[in-house]
Amino acid sequence: MTTKASQDPLALSNDFVSGETNFIKVDNFKFFYGKKEALHGINLEIPSRKVTAFIGPSGCGKSTLLRNFNRMNELIPGVRHEGDITIHGMSIYDPSVEIIALRRRIGMVFQKSNPFPMSIYENIVYPLRIAGQNNRSILDETVERCLRSAALWDEAKDRLNDSALGLSGGQMQRLCIARAVASRPEILLMDEPCSALDPIATAKVEELIIELKRDFTIVIVTHNMQQASRVSELTAFFYLGNLIEFDDTRKIFNNPSMKQTEEYITGRFG
Amino acid sequence: MACLLASVLTITLLAFIVGEILFKAWPAISKFGLGFITGKQWSPNREVFGVLPVLIGTTASSFLALLVSLPLGLAIAIFLSEDFFPGPVRQVIRFVVETLAAIPSVVYGLWGIFVVIPLVQQYGAVIAAKFGIIPFLAGPAYGNSLLTASLVLALMVLPTITAISRSSLVAVPYTLREGSYALGATRWETILKVIIPTAAPGIVASSILAFGRAMGETMAVAMLIGNSQRLSWSLLSPSNTLSALLANQFAEADGIQVSALMYAAALLIVLTLGVNIAGEAVLRHTQKATAGLR
Repeated sequence: MTTKASQDPLALSNDFVSGETNFIKVDNFKFFYGKKEALHGINLEIPSRKVTAFIGPSGCGKSTLLRNFNRMNELIPGVRHEGDITIHGMSIYDPSVEIIALRRRIGMVFQKSNPFPMSIYENIVYPLRIAGQNNRSILDETVERCLRSAALWDEAKDRLNDSALGLSGGQMQRLCIARAVASRPEILLMDEPCSALDPIATAKVEELIIELKRDFTIVIVTHNMQQASRVSELTAFFYLGNLIEFDDTRKIFNNPSMKQTEEYITGRFG
Repeated sequence: MACLLASVLTITLLAFIVGEILFKAWPAISKFGLGFITGKQWSPNREVFGVLPVLIGTTASSFLALLVSLPLGLAIAIFLSEDFFPGPVRQVIRFVVETLAAIPSVVYGLWGIFVVIPLVQQYGAVIAAKFGIIPFLAGPAYGNSLLTASLVLALMVLPTITAISRSSLVAVPYTLREGSYALGATRWETILKVIIPTAAPGIVASSILAFGRAMGETMAVAMLIGNSQRLSWSLLSPSNTLSALLANQFAEADGIQVSALMYAAALLIVLTLGVNIAGEAVLRHTQKATAGLR
């Protein structure tokens, strides 16, 4: 694994510094589903080790942009893009970037939790196993580290070999977070991670997000504006494929510069 | 109301058939008992009836058919459920495989006689000459053999395996696929490590149902297997199955032989019914399990 990582042109050196202001840089990015233009030239700079929230009404393009960071949109036939996205100064579309390596560096959590029908243990080590890592002690370590960082260790440590499908909805989503951080990514993308959870499970995941930003750069798409204001430091408001406003979360929610933002957060549309 | 009547009628009919078979088999059941199942001799002239070689032939031919058909059917099912080919191409392949199920058994039998038997004779002789020391491959290579019947059976059960496996592969939620890709898995890693294991119970069910179908298959097997009740280890030797035995001997049987054949028929019903119920049960269980994933 180490040799693989050193060949990866995107791989970070050890001097990965916190507080980089343009860790993810979106440069005049346009995205098309067939002929339909879903994003109209987005410019955005996301800082490292902070939580950035994407908000906006359905169909505004926030999920589309999120899913471009790890190039998941390319699974859909007939899509194309213009412009560029760079991570740590390196274009994710550079021909030397392997899509597999890119996705290993970017964890993703989905709207609907998607544990694989295997044990809790095997779910977490899945990304390691496909990378060829089968060393038992490394796998054991990873499982404990990931379950701890997903605040699931105490609940799951005695049932690591049980099926992941026996967990509750909230536990399953935290398991997916644990799995997403198993390959030690720098970025964690969350696509409405709490929309299928009850309020208590949601509170746990939100706590976790705040905890995780010490180690990860987190981008979260959410429909829940209270959630954006609770967990994020920066908020981007999207509308009809445009980025309307991007600023400190407090500013967006207390004193937005744009009229559309104000109308959306006060619930006049959306 | 009409539905209720029809289902009651069906159940009554099934009970009637089973009852009739047991009634006709009773003289043989009371005379031979369980010795019928463990007996190695079947000679109507001496009124000695044992179906062990036939039972072995039945399970062996079905098992061999499955051994050939499962990898092939699963491969086709994977290619049909993924987008390796454009939609229209997949539609054509699917149509062709499903058409295999519509070909009458006797046509498979004829095809076996004219195509598979000469091939088995030709290559079987070569194999027997080279590897004849291994009991399974010992000569002489008769054309009518366990191997011939199994190969044709494999083709006959292919649609069952493909159709059920394909639908259980397609039923794997897209979110799992997406989750695997997002973790940096390639397409084949996703197929082998997530999609197939998720669909595994459905694939197992398809195999069990195909096994049941192969055991009950009559005409093509009766035409190809060689109808020999002698125990042999070799795949190249003639063998027999319960259904082929019934088809071949019933017309000329009388007296206790009819009863013995009815006993064999009862065994066949028990076997195929058991296998089919097991297959359905696994399939039900699968559908419930994957419903939980959605």
